[in-house]
Amino acid sequence: MATAAAHQTASTQEYGAQGAVGDTTAYESAFDAAVAADERIEPRDWMPDAYRATLVRQIAQHAHSEIIGMQPEANWITRAPSLRRKAILMAKVQDEAGHGLYLYSAAETLGTSREELLDKLHSGRQKYSSIFNYPTLTWADVGAIGWLVDGAAITNQVPLCRCSYGPYARAMVRVCKEESFHQRQGYELLLALSQGTPEQHAMAQDAVDRWWWPSLMMFGPPDDESAHSAQSMAWKIKRHSNDELRQRFVDICVPQAESLGLTLPDPDLRWNEERGQHDFGPIDWTEFRDVLKGNGPCNEQRITQRRRAHEEGAWVREAAAAHAARHTGETGATRA
Amino acid sequence: MTVDATVGAAALVLGDDALVLSHRLGEWAGHAPVLEEEVALANIALDLLGQARVLLSMVGDEDELAYLREERAFRNLQLVEQPNGDFAHTIVRQLFFSTYQHLLHAELAAGDGPFAPLAAKAVKEVAYHRDHAEQWTLRLGDGTEESHERMRRACEALWRFTGEMFQPVAGVDVDGERLESVWLTSVGEILRRATLTVPEGPRTGAWRAGAGRQGLHTESFGRMLAEMQHLHRSHPGASW
Repeated sequence: MATAAAHQTASTQEYGAQGAVGDTTAYESAFDAAVAADERIEPRDWMPDAYRATLVRQIAQHAHSEIIGMQPEANWITRAPSLRRKAILMAKVQDEAGHGLYLYSAAETLGTSREELLDKLHSGRQKYSSIFNYPTLTWADVGAIGWLVDGAAITNQVPLCRCSYGPYARAMVRVCKEESFHQRQGYELLLALSQGTPEQHAMAQDAVDRWWWPSLMMFGPPDDESAHSAQSMAWKIKRHSNDELRQRFVDICVPQAESLGLTLPDPDLRWNEERGQHDFGPIDWTEFRDVLKGNGPCNEQRITQRRRAHEEGAWVREAAAAHAARHTGETGATRA
Repeated sequence: MTVDATVGAAALVLGDDALVLSHRLGEWAGHAPVLEEEVALANIALDLLGQARVLLSMVGDEDELAYLREERAFRNLQLVEQPNGDFAHTIVRQLFFSTYQHLLHAELAAGDGPFAPLAAKAVKEVAYHRDHAEQWTLRLGDGTEESHERMRRACEALWRFTGEMFQPVAGVDVDGERLESVWLTSVGEILRRATLTVPEGPRTGAWRAGAGRQGLHTESFGRMLAEMQHLHRSHPGASW
């Protein structure tokens, strides 16, 4: 809970009648003061409607990404080439479902429900990360997703551990710990392939070639085209711009690619002594926009599978609800 | 660790059950009816895979055994290789198998045979699997008309595979007949509480159900292995 006196006033006011315009202004300055003082906003605190809406959108999209993101990896569970790798992959996909659960819970503190959010996902009114619309064509893709996709996600998410909204920040602390573990596993998977037979090495290189650019797109549009950035940074939901995070990610990946013995598919990639950072080639924003619009390689397939799982599971959820309604307290039945 | 031939053959029997059921449960990833079940089914699959790895490693190289044996060399129950079907089908398969596995491991853990240490750990995991299957059996059996009917059909379809669990296995030191009678009482009680009836059909017999222990499997099993093994077999000698 925030401690600034002004902020407490705002929290208390929440229980009263809807404030007049003058009160709202008072709440607003209390909220602004709390954000400025790096205090956490909690579910019972007053917050601007637009702040609430932005958070619902962002947390929901994040939760949806975890859930849809299970598909490209689950695609390889039944074909994992060793029992050790199979166990690691199953545990990872399980973690992702768990992250989805934390994040839906965080979103629910803002006054929405998991059911409502899933409905928006299924009807295309809310999005998930564009990266999961790319197919996993070989086993090496599982490693590339761990190294690059989880690596990009961590670069994005670590700053969210300091996000101004408490429940989201706390969810991110747990998520980031597990994600960094996944990222190391992905790197290790690719390393084993890279140091394996020539066929395995080629498989690893091909996967990195296909996942590199989509991973850079995960940071979102360039700063001058990012619709929500300025406001999100002012509210301390976001701490760094898309381009800053993308640059940080490139600088992290270049030496890692070298130690993997793999190349990154960018002829313009080179160290810039003056900037102390890597220069890299232009991103194909047309492709990015196409994927976001629903025209990526797997958009249709991903959402269809999610909808089908939900529809085919409807009778199970109805049965659980009917049973719980009749037997609450008897068998420890869960809610539907 | 090397073990004598009888123990090795028994480890393969127990290991194959866990390996194959784990694989089937892994097929649910991304398809479960609620997110909580994504977590639960993957959790059970992981426990079983962990058991399989310990058991297969008692016999030889776990990956060679999992990926390079052909269908006729697998010793798992026909029950665990049955396709997932709908959620009711999966739950009934879980109920039948986890009830058996729980009784088996409790008995093995109490003895001083070569499987006692493994069973002592596994019995805790399997108690959770059994509880999960029981809870869902109650919810679905005594849920809606549709869920009840789906559970009834699943019980009928899988009942014929249940006799095989109690056939004697050399090297597995348990009293199969006693296990079977406790199993029948336990499963019968849960089905009754779930408003379901115990199927009347055969549990083994003239129809060849129950031959998994001799390497005779049902048709879907070969296809399951083809998918499971193809990548490993495509890169002979590679390490992963």
